Amino acid sequence: MSYLVTGGRVISPRDGIDERSDVLIDGGHIETIGQGLSAKGAERVDATGLIVCPGFVDLHAHLREPGREDEETIASGSDAGAAGGFTALCAMPNTQPVADSASIVEKVWALGREAGTLQVVPAGALSVGLEGERMAAYGAMATSAARVKLFTDDGHGVQDAGFARRAMEYLVAFDGIYAEHCEDAGLAAGGHMHEGERSSSLGLRGVPAAAEEIMAARDIDLCRLTGCRLHLLHISTARTVELVRRAKDEGLPVTAEATPHHFALTDELVESYDPNAKVNPPLRTDEDCAAIRAGLADGTIDAIATDHAPHAPEEKELDFASAPPGMIGLETALAITMTELVQPGVLSLDAAIDLLSARPAAILGLDEQGSIAQGRAANVAIFSPDERWTVDPNAFRSKSRNTPFAGREVVGRVRYTFFEGRLVYSGVAE
Amino acid sequence: MIEHLLSMDQLGAADITQILDTAETFRHVADRPIKKLPTLRGRTVCNLFYEPSTRTRISFELAAKRLSADVINFSADAKSSVTKGESFKDTAWTLEAMGVDAIIVRHASSGAPHQLARWVKASVINGGDGQHEHPTQALLDLFSIRDHFKELSGLKVGIVGDIVHSRVARSNIKGLRTMGADVTLIGPPTLLPRHIDAWGVSVAHELDPILPDLDVCYLLRVQAERQSEQLFPSAGEYSARWGLTKARIERLKPDALVMHPGPINRGVEISAEAADSPRSIILEQVANGLAVRMSLLYLMLGGDKS
Repeated sequence: MSYLVTGGRVISPRDGIDERSDVLIDGGHIETIGQGLSAKGAERVDATGLIVCPGFVDLHAHLREPGREDEETIASGSDAGAAGGFTALCAMPNTQPVADSASIVEKVWALGREAGTLQVVPAGALSVGLEGERMAAYGAMATSAARVKLFTDDGHGVQDAGFARRAMEYLVAFDGIYAEHCEDAGLAAGGHMHEGERSSSLGLRGVPAAAEEIMAARDIDLCRLTGCRLHLLHISTARTVELVRRAKDEGLPVTAEATPHHFALTDELVESYDPNAKVNPPLRTDEDCAAIRAGLADGTIDAIATDHAPHAPEEKELDFASAPPGMIGLETALAITMTELVQPGVLSLDAAIDLLSARPAAILGLDEQGSIAQGRAANVAIFSPDERWTVDPNAFRSKSRNTPFAGREVVGRVRYTFFEGRLVYSGVAE
Repeated sequence: MIEHLLSMDQLGAADITQILDTAETFRHVADRPIKKLPTLRGRTVCNLFYEPSTRTRISFELAAKRLSADVINFSADAKSSVTKGESFKDTAWTLEAMGVDAIIVRHASSGAPHQLARWVKASVINGGDGQHEHPTQALLDLFSIRDHFKELSGLKVGIVGDIVHSRVARSNIKGLRTMGADVTLIGPPTLLPRHIDAWGVSVAHELDPILPDLDVCYLLRVQAERQSEQLFPSAGEYSARWGLTKARIERLKPDALVMHPGPINRGVEISAEAADSPRSIILEQVANGLAVRMSLLYLMLGGDKS
């Protein structure tokens, strides 16, 4: 099947492309980019007024399979990703069982291939069972069919600095990435939201910003000590942004991601006590939110990642303290980025696309992602930069509905997604 | 009157005065031979208690019964459906389906009454939620203080102890500030909330210098588990620095009141002599709770609301 995408504005930051062009997709690849193309037998996709860009790459998604297939499966999560313009995502290892061995990561990878709507890139656990004590099978996972590159105990921070150091030292052998969920367990214990003025008046125990910053600072020191690549997941505080900025100035191999909810929302949302506002790390203050935006704008933060975390409705219908933290985000990431960053002029369209595609692809070393260039695999997102729509969780392809953005009017909507040259998502313009 | 009572934030000075004035008219019902009024006949009040409670539940039950409402008690103990995995929302909808008019909810989790109020048509009254608020306790405390001083405005109230974990403190601070009282929070830094500039209260870490200035010394219960969390070194040390002992009670003004929301830990935050001293109005607080809750139920459920 071949497709001729006509009349769109093609933007591929990595390739230095920003031009009105047609794109011919054939045999799974970008065949030609150029003006006034025609191709016999190719299905026409009218992209007039739309942006044609590399498919998005999410460094951080929870697909829940194996273990909680009621909340999400690799297939449903892939569909949700495709609807959000993603053509690759990194599947977090905190499944049941934990992805701490070659057999589990290969299974996740194979289910991703089988679903076939995007590239599922399994992450491996740092420690066996995410318990922070014994090293997971790094080498076996790295050399398995899944080719694991990124290792993390996401959901927990690695508490023992000695363990963190040894893991980093060892991962250097595979050019592996040590990815941290920065959270000191002692400081965060029992916390349900950001610690500050609002937690005090709402009577909810808070997680201080220091719980994240202490571990980020420690890991940056260990990165300096070991030379291992360090990726900081979902950074949420102003000071963490500053720590990353300084580490980069120093030339350390440190990268960081931020989520749409951390640059779009603050702890004010918790005043409703709606468990959909509960997430880890918690929604922070205006100041933190502004620092995340600034960090995205000046390049300190390398990627916009969703931390897509599906939860069953019955788990989010509990009281705030009992409900698990987490929000889904694959189907709203582009719109929140457009609405909160591009429209207000924080980011150029080019920079936003870079943060959603090329830069995360480069972190994971995904050669066939993050680029629109002749001869490359056709992993392409096509979106309207100005379509307004209202977030309706019931229309999501994800199996879960736990979004804090329900009912919000946003701008920017994915219309088509191509994965390896196949049209895997086609949304109808309203 | 308000539809739900979730937080003292909802009540302005005029609302509080109306509730206390109305309570004044109900306090004498207890002295009558027939202690019952027909006001809420045909109305159903549900006590939905997810946390063990004796005084609040009984006080609400009696208040509703004195107004002739039907009362059902739903306690989420080991045998209830809640512990069998029924979600909070399902429980709310079950009560809604039974057609209750008001739900008094007590929950270990802050904000549970707010969620409940979104799910049901019945009036929701916060009977204490986690570490957030306990508005009816604050109302009965305001009633008790006003009863002695006639005016709340300008009084100096010290709240001593575990403020950070206390819903009673949060509601009382709001109510006292609304009524124009000065509030000082006193306790070890680990038991005081942070980031409270907007609360309009003073903070002190030592009790002794403040005692002679206070019109009301309000003591909070210090829970044993706080010691195991290492929020202070020992009950003995707490008691030595912040406990209301006989020696300290003598440094209070002659007409100062000693208050406590109960249940008291004799020997920790308050000594036996202090609890039983003439300045202590702990039992009055309990008695006044009934009148204040009758007042609130009457104002929220009575009248022509169909």
